[in-house]
Order: sequence, then C-alpha cells, then structure tokens
Amino acid sequence: MSNHHLNYLEQLEAESIHIFREIAAQFERPALLFSGGKDSITLVHLARKAFAPGKIPFPLVHIDTGHNFQEALDYRDAMAASIHADLIVRKVEDTIKAKSLTEAKGKFPSRNWLQTYTLLDTIEEFKFDACIGGARRDEEKARAKERIFSVRDDFGQWNPKLQRPELWNTYNGRINKGENVRVFPISNWTELDIWNYIKHENITLPSIYFSHERELIVHEGQLVALSDFVLRESTDVIVTKRIRYRTVGDMTCTAAVESNAVTLDQVISEITAAKISERGETRIDDRVTEAAMEDRKKNGYF
Amino acid sequence: MDILRFITAGSVDDGKSTLIGRLLYDSKNILIDQLEQLEKQTKNKEAGPIDLALLTDGLRAEREQGITIDVAYRYFSTPKRKFIIADAPGHVQYTRNMITGASNASLIIVLVDARQGVVEQTRRHSIIASLLKIPHVVVAINKMDLVDFSEEVYTKIVADYASVAAQLGLKDITYVPISALQGDNIVDPSTKMDWYAGKPLLQLLEEVSIDEDINLTDPRFQVQFVLRPQTDELHDYRGYAGKVISGVYRKGDAVTILPAGIETRISKLEIAGEEVSEIFAPQSATILLADDIDISRGDSIVNSKNLPTTRNELDVLLCWMDEKTLQSGNKYYIQHNSQLQRAVVKEIFYRIDVNTLEHQPVEGQVKLNEVVKAKLKTSSQLVYDSYEKLRANGSAILIDETSNSTVAAVLFV
Repeated sequence: MSNHHLNYLEQLEAESIHIFREIAAQFERPALLFSGGKDSITLVHLARKAFAPGKIPFPLVHIDTGHNFQEALDYRDAMAASIHADLIVRKVEDTIKAKSLTEAKGKFPSRNWLQTYTLLDTIEEFKFDACIGGARRDEEKARAKERIFSVRDDFGQWNPKLQRPELWNTYNGRINKGENVRVFPISNWTELDIWNYIKHENITLPSIYFSHERELIVHEGQLVALSDFVLRESTDVIVTKRIRYRTVGDMTCTAAVESNAVTLDQVISEITAAKISERGETRIDDRVTEAAMEDRKKNGYF
Repeated sequence: MDILRFITAGSVDDGKSTLIGRLLYDSKNILIDQLEQLEKQTKNKEAGPIDLALLTDGLRAEREQGITIDVAYRYFSTPKRKFIIADAPGHVQYTRNMITGASNASLIIVLVDARQGVVEQTRRHSIIASLLKIPHVVVAINKMDLVDFSEEVYTKIVADYASVAAQLGLKDITYVPISALQGDNIVDPSTKMDWYAGKPLLQLLEEVSIDEDINLTDPRFQVQFVLRPQTDELHDYRGYAGKVISGVYRKGDAVTILPAGIETRISKLEIAGEEVSEIFAPQSATILLADDIDISRGDSIVNSKNLPTTRNELDVLLCWMDEKTLQSGNKYYIQHNSQLQRAVVKEIFYRIDVNTLEHQPVEGQVKLNEVVKAKLKTSSQLVYDSYEKLRANGSAILIDETSNSTVAAVLFV
C-alpha cells in the first residue's frame, strides 16, 4: 500500500482549496464574509493556504450587526492586520438609519434579519460578484440542498427550484449582470470536522470559545449573555456561570453552553459527547419557525 | 479515517428515506433536538415511535407538496469513516438528479423491494450506475420483514440482479438483505436471517476498499490559477495552482504543457506554500517550472511519458439536464474542470434508452433526462482522457451561453 493516501481532513482541505482557487479565477470581485466565528476563521485559514505564498486576493467583509462579542471584534482586527488582508466593515446600524428600517422588538431583539439589507447594500457598493461564506450542509435542512456555487438573483434571492446541477468537481460560476454567487467552500465539513481541523492546524480562536465566567440571563432553559443589547426585566433570573460558546453570532441570539473546557481537546471531547445539535443548542433565532432558515435564504440571507 | 461518498437509488416506495434515516439514527448521528422535532412531526405512529423517513425531509416547499426537489447531502461518521450521502429523489427528473449525485460517488446502494424484486427502476438505476462508472455497487434487498425474512426470496433476487449486472458490466457487487424499518442487518447482524453469512450494511460501507478508485498512474494536472505574488522577496515567483486530477508528480519530472505541446521540467512543488518532493491525487498543489512559458488557466501539465488525448472533435455521451432542448448545431460553453471554451454539437448519433440500454434514432430534439451519443467540435483543443479510463479527466459540463445554466453532463468516449 502506497503512502499516497489522504485522510478525511486532508481530503476536505484539498477540496476547499480547489474551490477557493476556482472562485479567484472565475470572479472579478469576490469577497470573503468574515464574522469572527470558527467557520469563517477556518475559511480564512484555507484561503491563505490556497494562495500561499501570496496573500488572499480578495477582501474580508464583516457585516457588523452592532451586537457582537467584543472578543470576536478584537480577534477580527488583529487577524486581518497579521495576514495583511483588506478588511471592509459595514454596520447594520448605519443601514437602519439610512433606510429607516424597523428594528425587531422583544427581549432579545435580533438583527439577523436586518443584516441581509446591509449585506445586499455592501454587495452593491463594491460590485461583489461572489461572496464566500462558511455555511455547512450539516447545519440545517435548507443548507443540505444548496449548491457549493449558489446563484442569487439581483435581489439576492435563492430559488431552491432553479439550482444548477453541480457535477463532479466542476463549478459553473457564470452569471448575468446583476446576479451574484454565494460560494460555500466548507459545504462538506461537519461541525466536528471543523473542530478537529482547528486542532490539527493549531488555529487560534477567540477566547469566548473556551470556558470563562460570565453573567447570564436564564431564558427558557438557554443561557444568554447579559449585555446592553437585551431587554432586562425585573423577573429575569441572572446567574454567573462558567460557560463557553459553541457558535459565535450576535449576543442577542447566541446561547452559551455550561463548560469547564479550556483547551481544544476538552472542547472537542465535550462536543463529541454532546447530544444536541449545534443550531438547536445555540441559535435562538432558528427556533422561531421550523422553516426559519429557508425563509431567510430565499430573501438573500447567507 | 477517510471519506466514502455514496448515493442511494430507489424508487418512491423502496424505503430509501427510511434507510438513510436508519443509518443516521443507528450510527448515533441524530441528536436530541432533532429527535424531538421528529417526534412532533411523526404522524404515522404505526411506523414506530418516530418516522425515520422524516429525517431526510427537506424544505417546507417540499413538505407542503409532498415532493423532493433536488439532491440533498447528508453526513454521518463512525470511528472508521466519514460518509457523505447524495440523496436523490426517486421520481420526476430522476435521471438528472441521480447523475448529479452519482458524479462524485464511489459507491451506490441500489435498493430493491423484496416483494417486487428486480423491476424496471432497478434496471434504470443500475444502467445509470454503469454509465457513470460508479466503482462499487451494494444491492440492498429491503423490506425483508414483509417476506418473512425468506432466504428463497433473497436468493432469487440475487440471481435476477446478477444477470442484469452481467449485461451492464457492473463489477464489484455486494448483496445484503435488510429491513430498514426494523433495523435488520443495518448496524448489527440480523437475528432473523441466520442464513445470511455476509456483513451488515454499515460494516460493508465502512470496509469497502476505495483507495484504488483514485488513479495514481496517469499524471494529470490542470492549471486553475496562476500565483504571482509580485512582492519584493517573491519577485519572480510564478506558481501554477491546481488540483492533481490523477497520478503522482515529482520534482525534476519532465512534463509537457498541453495543448501547446511545450516540454519543460518541474523545478519545485508546493502545497500551501510549503515545498514538498511529490504531489498526488487528489491534492491541491502548486507546480513551478524550470522554464518561463506562457501558461494560463485551463492548460494541462502532464508527464511527458504519459500523454492524454488532445483533440477538438470528439465523441461524447450527453446527459441532458435542462428544460430547454438540444438540437444538432446548438452552441454552448464546455467546461472541462477549469477549462472553458465554446463547443458546437455537430451530430447526434442516437439516444440511449436508460431503461433498456437500446439505441434509438433521434428525431428532432433531445429533451430533459435523455442520454445521447453525439459529436462535439470545440473552439480549441481539448486535453482529456476517456471517462472509461479516467473519470476525473473524462467529464465536463455544457453551459447555455444565454441563461448560464448547466444543461448537460458530458462523458468523453
């Protein structure tokens, strides 16, 4: 038996690098959507490998909801500086003001829906023809059916019935004026693949992924960080616990997991043992309706 | 640990969704919140506490109409392997979806309903598997619980299928009697079928040897992207980034650039910016060459002792995938890996009936889900191998110039 054999992480990495190079070659103005979460951090790592020894030939774009964890923002700025990447930040706050959008109400007002407006404006502003995202097909039903190269119309909408067949490793990125493509280079990775890769590659993550002490509101069994962005009520149950985050989104819609895991190994062993899916455990917004993701994608969401 | 990509083929009532649900469930890849949601949705309580078929249920649009739109991808893993399932629906547009799902698959599970035996659908799925050269076939004879776990029924179906497989030239075939609904022979050997000496399905999937499916003998590499950092310290750096389609490349190898036909040597090989002594399929790598040659995206770098075919008129099989029909004389883009050029369909020889493999004359247009043999003429030289010889370098897609849709799968003859 030869030593010409790739293990599963090497195979996934090779596929993702291939996709990144297709993006750079097929599009004039791609952009990598960067959130500071582990999936987009993995994306940046893969993009660096795809274009080494050169730098990543497209900017990182952060759609800042204004509800981010400070640790994620600090990480974003430090990382962009260290790899000499162009970083573009556009704020949902500015879109809300400029377009007189109405903010969601309620205890945990989510800007998840509104960030689609900022994203579409940013695409328009910079004439991006491809936006690279860190979505994975194992996350959710609507994702399982989306292509790696996913064409959106000029309203940014996804039409699940009009997808192009995607065969072999041949990616058709041809589009008409006004259309753009969302590309998902880590479509075939699972959550555990990402964690194992982060460990294998020794990738640094924002500190909130590891156990730390935090003040939290207990809401319907979920732990939500106390912040200026959530509506405090006198009936709130506030606790202080050692927690970590499994996904990093907005402070208003990401729930924490009780944990003492301070190393990657400990995090991975907790996740391997966990009996609840990533979205079920940590995304408050998906619980609103069962088809929440399908609806948001059709409207231009990532 | 490696990755097995497989496709499941079955018609509407063969229990395909239940089988996939069972694999996910029994391999402990379903989590509590997903189960709770399933319990909420399970209406058919007779099928057990939860309806495993719902696990693979897709979009709301599909649930409302009770249909499946498209190929969905499912993921699960065991300590031995990571699995990627291409789940293609079993009815309308089946050929198109199945070809899409089959294009990346190393293995196909052909589901046969034990009560029905080998039917027209089974033949069709197997014909597509043979056209697409899926290396491994597992025939899962399902619903054994409904035929009293009868060895006789099983043996007859195996014999019937073996004659179909022989006609089609399918090679590595394994048979397993299962009940997806009750979990027999899925993860553990069934206690109700002692007469079956083989392995349960999951073990078959874990142990099938797929290393030799990757061709390591014919070096093929297509340039995806030219890396030119143009910084002070990398002023003269010119790297050809691409995927090793097949074979192995070593530093110092004499290589030929096609279609230009220029010979040179490999001066350096890199993976992710780090120098390596050799690269092999399916790695993403970068090749640096000894001579300064004009090379761009889509050009092939191959070993000078092992050349692929270089032509601009060639015979192909076309699997038509678009509502818009094809006629002789139509022009398209052809994308072969990263190489894009124009092509015209010069002649359509015959249609292949995917139910019988018969050749039929084509009068007029080629419609969605039809497979034809045709002659293509391309605007410049195409550098390729036959699909039969080398799947990864023997396939392409046709793209409509106006809609930009992918309209056909192309297999080079």
